[in-house]
Amino acid sequence: MAWRKHEYDEIPGTYVFDGKTAHRAYGLNKLLFSFNNEANRAEFARDKAAYADKYGLTPEQKKALLEDDFLTLLRLGANIYYLAKLAVPRGFSVQDAGAAFQGITTEEFKAALMAKGQGLVERLERRGGYWNG
Amino acid sequence: MARIVGGVTTSHIPAIGNAMTERLEGTPYWKRFFDGYEPVKAWLAEVNPDVAVVVYNDHGLNFFLNNIPTFALGCADRYDNADEGWGLKTLASFEGDAQFSWHIAESLIEQQIDIATCQEMLVDHGFVVPMALMWRHLPKWPVKAIPLAVNTVQHPIPTARRCYTLGKALRKAIESYPEDLKVVIFGTGGMSHQLQGERAGLINVDYDLKTMDSVIEDPEWLASQSTAEIIENAGTEGVEVIMWLVMRGALDDRVNVVHKHYHTPISNTGAGVLVLENAHA
Repeated sequence: MAWRKHEYDEIPGTYVFDGKTAHRAYGLNKLLFSFNNEANRAEFARDKAAYADKYGLTPEQKKALLEDDFLTLLRLGANIYYLAKLAVPRGFSVQDAGAAFQGITTEEFKAALMAKGQGLVERLERRGGYWNG
Repeated sequence: MARIVGGVTTSHIPAIGNAMTERLEGTPYWKRFFDGYEPVKAWLAEVNPDVAVVVYNDHGLNFFLNNIPTFALGCADRYDNADEGWGLKTLASFEGDAQFSWHIAESLIEQQIDIATCQEMLVDHGFVVPMALMWRHLPKWPVKAIPLAVNTVQHPIPTARRCYTLGKALRKAIESYPEDLKVVIFGTGGMSHQLQGERAGLINVDYDLKTMDSVIEDPEWLASQSTAEIIENAGTEGVEVIMWLVMRGALDDRVNVVHKHYHTPISNTGAGVLVLENAHA
């Protein structure tokens, strides 16, 4: 009995959602999936601990859920798209989450994203063939 | 007979959906991104397709982890958008073409592509954002839509090569349908982005531009890459770009570039837009 190893396991700061992860975090992701439904989001907001117990979360998963600790939830197997169903309705953007993963402020995270676009128009002009307004 | 009028690639991230809902298209942050879709809209108005086959991935609206098909085809008369927990506005339903869908499913399976068939299928932002990008200016959706969902969420996901092969089979399926229909194929998702982990915020412009050139001139380059290679370069969510190869596989080996647009960042993402036509159309 063994989980297969993958090339992508070695990529730093990256948690690929595969069978190993999906298997151990099935209940956690089932809870997150339930947030597609407004009534479930409201039920969670009323009593988060009871909601976590209803889905059979481990004590570690439950603690991270109650503390909005996104990086720990990710490490414990939350799928990022499912995690967004927790984060976004509660007022966190994907930039807030990204900043939390890196331990920096949202402003710093956004500035790093904006930097990726610097000089882009000139670069595409040099490359040629691109629409440029 | 049905024929393919061309293929389009586009990002489908939720931030685009919110920007359209809030009418932010003309703001400094969004203007260049959205302006780059005007030529796509003009091309679509000119070729006037009857059907759009939309290749996208479900992000946990229709498919939960209890049941993840690698490839799934909508085979219904109608597809509804719904609350996916991300605060996106729910858009109008889409008319399907069940007879065409079932023909495609049969043809794909005859060609050894064992696709799942769905008689009910909620479509999430991966499908809806591209449709809105192209046609939100019209009072109703001007085409029938056929959703083709590819698993890019729970690994193992299909290889880039398999997506390219699916595209080639999809072409045969479409072109063997007896009704005179004009079909456009949308390959959605990407480009580079990683939402999760300490590497969140990854945008790889070099890789994105190389990928766009590859999809135009040398699809083999992208089709030959392993899932791990694509994740390393384009990020865990950027791996969605494999879906562009489904569209590309459905076109001739040689294509004409009608439009080519790249912008970054939009939210956490590099955004690439292509409009391709068969060279011998």
